Amino acid sequence: MVAIVDYGVGNLFSLKSSFGFINEEVIVTGDPKCLCNADRIILPGVGAFGDAAAKLKESGLADLLIKLAGEGKPILGICLGMQLLFEKSYEYGEHDGLGLIKGSVKPIADKVSAEYKIPHIGWNALKITDKKSPLFKYINEGDCVYFVHSYYGADCDDSLLATAEYGIDVAAAVSNGNVYGTQFHPEKSGEVGMKILKAFCEI
Amino acid sequence: MITKRIIPCLDVKDGRVVKGVNFLGLADVSSPIKLAKFYSDNGADELVFYDITASAEGRALFTDILCEVASTIFIPLTVGGGINTVDDFDRVLKCGADKVSVNSGAIKNPDLINAAAQKYGDQCVVLSVDAKRVDGAYHVFAKGGREDTGLDAIEWIKRGQQMGAGEIVLNSIDTDGVKNGFDLEMLGAVCEIATVPVIASGGAGSIEHFTELFNALPKVDAGLAASIFHFGEVSIKELKQTLNKEKINVRL
Repeated sequence: MVAIVDYGVGNLFSLKSSFGFINEEVIVTGDPKCLCNADRIILPGVGAFGDAAAKLKESGLADLLIKLAGEGKPILGICLGMQLLFEKSYEYGEHDGLGLIKGSVKPIADKVSAEYKIPHIGWNALKITDKKSPLFKYINEGDCVYFVHSYYGADCDDSLLATAEYGIDVAAAVSNGNVYGTQFHPEKSGEVGMKILKAFCEI
Repeated sequence: MITKRIIPCLDVKDGRVVKGVNFLGLADVSSPIKLAKFYSDNGADELVFYDITASAEGRALFTDILCEVASTIFIPLTVGGGINTVDDFDRVLKCGADKVSVNSGAIKNPDLINAAAQKYGDQCVVLSVDAKRVDGAYHVFAKGGREDTGLDAIEWIKRGQQMGAGEIVLNSIDTDGVKNGFDLEMLGAVCEIATVPVIASGGAGSIEHFTELFNALPKVDAGLAASIFHFGEVSIKELKQTLNKEKINVRL
């Protein structure tokens, strides 16, 4: 069973539906017991990093996720959920993340010229840097996925699985052992996205 | 590289898809759920649903349909029509919408853009602008294109961006429904001041109109159309293959 972490951030309707679509049992929960019992965990998120990180901490879920990651449970952070896995973010100030992926989260605007509009919205092609990653076993180099973000995961070369070109090579997917993150939204990336979620469910 | 998006728009009234010509003379086209699935399977990059219902019953029917679409189709969904308050945002986001487009509601109360962007993020707020040439300027029209607000479209878009709109849909009333091509002149003027993605709407009648759009205005991020897709005059698959041949980057 897949557990989607509910910590009061964002809209989980599509994410929940997408697991139904690939015939995976899914629960949306903030209950520590349910998260412990789940086979794998999805950490979603939209909105601001500071706010989301604070909510994870206050609810005690941050510590629980770090513990479960350490025990080897597969965890997939999506969009802001991926960014929360990093050590730090510089979105409106400086905030600590979960520290499960080495690196920090920085504004795209600092790195690219004004012709690149912010947010980075739309379908962009994946350049797969780790072709052996189990997350990509059903998809191909150049497949397009849907991005919506203004900040990106920086200094995470050791964890990179895939990038997408947007003035810079944006970290599109990362992993550290059993901990995975995608900057793009697999639940909004059509057939390619469903294949990525299916692959995650087989890890 | 980011791809240019092709976006079919579904105007929904009382649970059915309709499309007006110059906003008048609505004709019933098809089931929104069937049409949405068809488009998603055939390469649409995103779907826009405009709720043009006026009644509370129609509105409830609309959110039911939205929920059903969002549980079976996994591409971005934008919802517009009747969005006047942050509660309206909440209502459609809970049914699986990813972005919400504001038009008349934001003209009446510009703070809506600000409030929604703060609560849901800039990426969630799409400013949809119906514009028409009046005395040598582009005026913003409200109420489905029926009422001249006197607002200058360029100034309104600048203000919308400052307040947190994450995307602009520019619909030219002058070219809408005429099928003679997008309003390149008006779009060009908007692209000059746009800092967020611009979606072109109004006037597409053939595949060539899309190649013309993206070649003439590289800053346009997406093309939106309704009737030519609904009536099968243009197939999205064929359109994207042609764009690809013309070296315009699309998701195939």
